[in-house]
Amino acid sequence: MLDLWVGLFVCAGIGALLVLALKVGNMSGVSVADTYKVYAEFDNVGGLKPRAPVKSAGVVVGRVADVSFNNQSFRARVTLNLDKRYQFPQDSSASILTAGLLGEQYIGMDGGGDEHMLKDGDRLAITQSAVVLEKIIGQFLYGKAAETGKEKAK
Amino acid sequence: MFNRSAIVNVRSIGHHTVNGLWRLGYASRFFGLILLQSGTSFRRLRLIIRELYFTGVLSLIIVLVSGLFVGMVLGLQGYQTLQTYGSESALGVLVALSLVRELGPVVSALLFASRAGSAMTAEIGLMKATEQLSAMEMMAVDPIARVVAPRFWAGVISMPLLAAMFSAMGVFGGYLVGVVLIGVDEGSFWSQMQNAVDFREDIVNGVIKSFVFGVAVTWIALFEGYDAPPTAEGVSGATTRTVVTSSLAILGLDFVLTAFMFRGV
Repeated sequence: MLDLWVGLFVCAGIGALLVLALKVGNMSGVSVADTYKVYAEFDNVGGLKPRAPVKSAGVVVGRVADVSFNNQSFRARVTLNLDKRYQFPQDSSASILTAGLLGEQYIGMDGGGDEHMLKDGDRLAITQSAVVLEKIIGQFLYGKAAETGKEKAK
Repeated sequence: MFNRSAIVNVRSIGHHTVNGLWRLGYASRFFGLILLQSGTSFRRLRLIIRELYFTGVLSLIIVLVSGLFVGMVLGLQGYQTLQTYGSESALGVLVALSLVRELGPVVSALLFASRAGSAMTAEIGLMKATEQLSAMEMMAVDPIARVVAPRFWAGVISMPLLAAMFSAMGVFGGYLVGVVLIGVDEGSFWSQMQNAVDFREDIVNGVIKSFVFGVAVTWIALFEGYDAPPTAEGVSGATTRTVVTSSLAILGLDFVLTAFMFRGV
């Protein structure tokens, strides 16, 4: 009788762990599927972090595996793990976007028109960096100042 | 120069320090002895299973019910706060992360300390007071191998299982309040949760935490029982000390472990 209860207890415990892993965690997500690696270099990655989603047309097609600094080109080198089920032309472009106004940053992929598909280890040539809020505000203020300067000159 | 009470005070500080160090050393030696004598209890698995019943199965009700209610409260409070920022859909993330990382391991360990740890101390303390442990030694049975080690392993095994059940129950409670009662969108509740909770970073770290807490709580409980003065007063004092010391140990260890695990990188 004791054994039965202890057996039930251990089963329930392991079951709870499985529930946590599968239902609460993302063990069942893209991370389990077969992936291929693609590299992309950005002038600025902003707040992009490893494990951020890679989306194409809003659908998650992979995850960011690693963000590092390339000391030759002085740009950020981002490694993407893309799902094998999704193939992209070689001239596809990657841009760093933000989900919502304050949301997390992710990578948006736009398919190109090339006949050849991306292979493992390829590099994405066309990239668009993260938008840095300070720079936009700076440009805006600069533009405003130039405008008022012109008006005064008139 | 010095009045008498100052000298007495200084002397008592020294006495307490030396006494504390002495007990710490004894406790460490006791821990080593438990590990050395564990072979016997693994060869005789029935001993561990019996103790698993008393520490694990009987703590199940309190852990499950508290998990459910903690999750439900998290759901309610989290909704109140998130609603002000218009991000109710992140309720699942809030509930799951706070349970899996912190509340699951910590609260279930606190419950475990007061439910099972105190019982362990009282049992072993009484065994010592009624000279059952000495009787075992007389029969050439090592009380550490026969009585202490099976309880230790039962505690260490059941703690992560209880914490996992606490977290799972809490997530279910958060789901009940958030989705069923308040009406947060079910799809975003689960999908945002699954996007935010990482298996290695969050769930495995939570299990490691509860394993460490299991070792600490059972070690403290067993040592206090084994070291208890063999009187009624001594056993009751040891039981109180078990709950106080292990609760403090859990909270302190939790801070250290959290500082190591989640540095926001």
